[in-house]
Amino acid sequence: MNWLHTIFILALAYVAAFLEGRLDWFRDLLGAQITLLPALMVYTSLRAGIGAVALLAVCGGLWRDSLSADPLGVSILPLFFIGFIILRKRALLLREHQFAQVALGLAAGAAFPLGTLFLLLNLGRAPLTGWMTLWQWVVGTAAGGVLTPLLFRLFDRLRGALEYPALKQSSFREDREIKRGRQ
Amino acid sequence: MLKRSQYITLVLVVLLVVVLLCLPRRTADGLKLAISGLFLPLFGLAASTHEAVAKMGNGLTPRGELLRERDILRTNNQLLTIQLQAAANALRENDQFRQMLKIPPPKQGTLQFARVIARDPETWWRSVWIDLGSRTTPGMRTNLPVLTAEGLVGKVVAVGETRSQVLLLGDPGLLVAVLVGPGGLNGTLTAGSSWMRENNMLDIENLFGESADRTVHPGDEVVTWGEGGVFPGGIAVGKVVDVPGKEYGAATEARVRPSAHLDALQNVWVMILP
Repeated sequence: MNWLHTIFILALAYVAAFLEGRLDWFRDLLGAQITLLPALMVYTSLRAGIGAVALLAVCGGLWRDSLSADPLGVSILPLFFIGFIILRKRALLLREHQFAQVALGLAAGAAFPLGTLFLLLNLGRAPLTGWMTLWQWVVGTAAGGVLTPLLFRLFDRLRGALEYPALKQSSFREDREIKRGRQ
Repeated sequence: MLKRSQYITLVLVVLLVVVLLCLPRRTADGLKLAISGLFLPLFGLAASTHEAVAKMGNGLTPRGELLRERDILRTNNQLLTIQLQAAANALRENDQFRQMLKIPPPKQGTLQFARVIARDPETWWRSVWIDLGSRTTPGMRTNLPVLTAEGLVGKVVAVGETRSQVLLLGDPGLLVAVLVGPGGLNGTLTAGSSWMRENNMLDIENLFGESADRTVHPGDEVVTWGEGGVFPGGIAVGKVVDVPGKEYGAATEARVRPSAHLDALQNVWVMILP
């Protein structure tokens, strides 16, 4: 399942990167485009290993940048650092709790555009920023918070459909016999 | 051991990013086009879905509506034919005057229809992808002007085999030499300040005229100058909304609302120049 799991994550990143460029209705409605990649990175770093995190950061970042006027590779580092930090601390996180998933999704949704913007400014680019950027950042942050638990549910269902369900352990042990009555 | 593998991956990813960001512009653009080529199946699927939906819509349109639209188009066609004849006469006269004054003829190109197939996912750039490429359209190359019936939209910045990227007006990477008003003051169209971008406006900077009495007024037409090397002269760009301040009695800046609806582009025309 490990490889299949990683392939599903990458396939979702591929479709998400395409839809981000293709779907206009959300941008027209709210004046901001949402991205699935930070939420997907939160899920990957909590449920998969460093290899999947690196693959998602590199492939997702490259796919996203290829449809954008961003310099190629600029989205990789912010994505990877989000995943890397969560991965390093995941033993301390209550990752199955919805509250933790929402909080991490919010943080990732907020950190991803800020990290990309920071890199762009350091590369000497002059992106279009203003008060509207603040609104777009808020929408992106909220989207991270909403999408992360949804991704957990989606992948849980997918796992449930593809894996054998775990055998429930009964309290009965065959090597133990309780004899009733007086001997 | 786990920590070590994590740090090795971190170093490898950072190295990859450094290499990618240090690539020469041309190589990076080529690589970008190659990677975006991976989306071809999805672009194809989206186009097929669009066509299928359009066909379904055609079947549902009532005959009366189609006949009414046909009549309107027929009337418009006749009107445009008459206007075209008048324009052809004016062009002939213009050519004669040019020959007499020994002025070189302006750049003339053919217009090629294109559909917008994707927008920039980042909100801090203004670019779109269109469905024309070097394989599908002979003469397709970078720096070609892109327009709609309303006016200038931007220019082609990257050309793939079946699609191209267009930088829109208002992107920091696109500066356009323009002429403003009946006096023909020249200036540079830029992205403008954040407030103007949020109101879908652009900025003209470095307005310059030979005499100080030539100035800019709200409502003045803005057209391409034609001396910048990319855009032919006379393409409509927008209208002056206001002139924020004057220095030494002359305006140096003006705010402009673009003629084309840059946020709702669906179809555009690429001017293929020789």
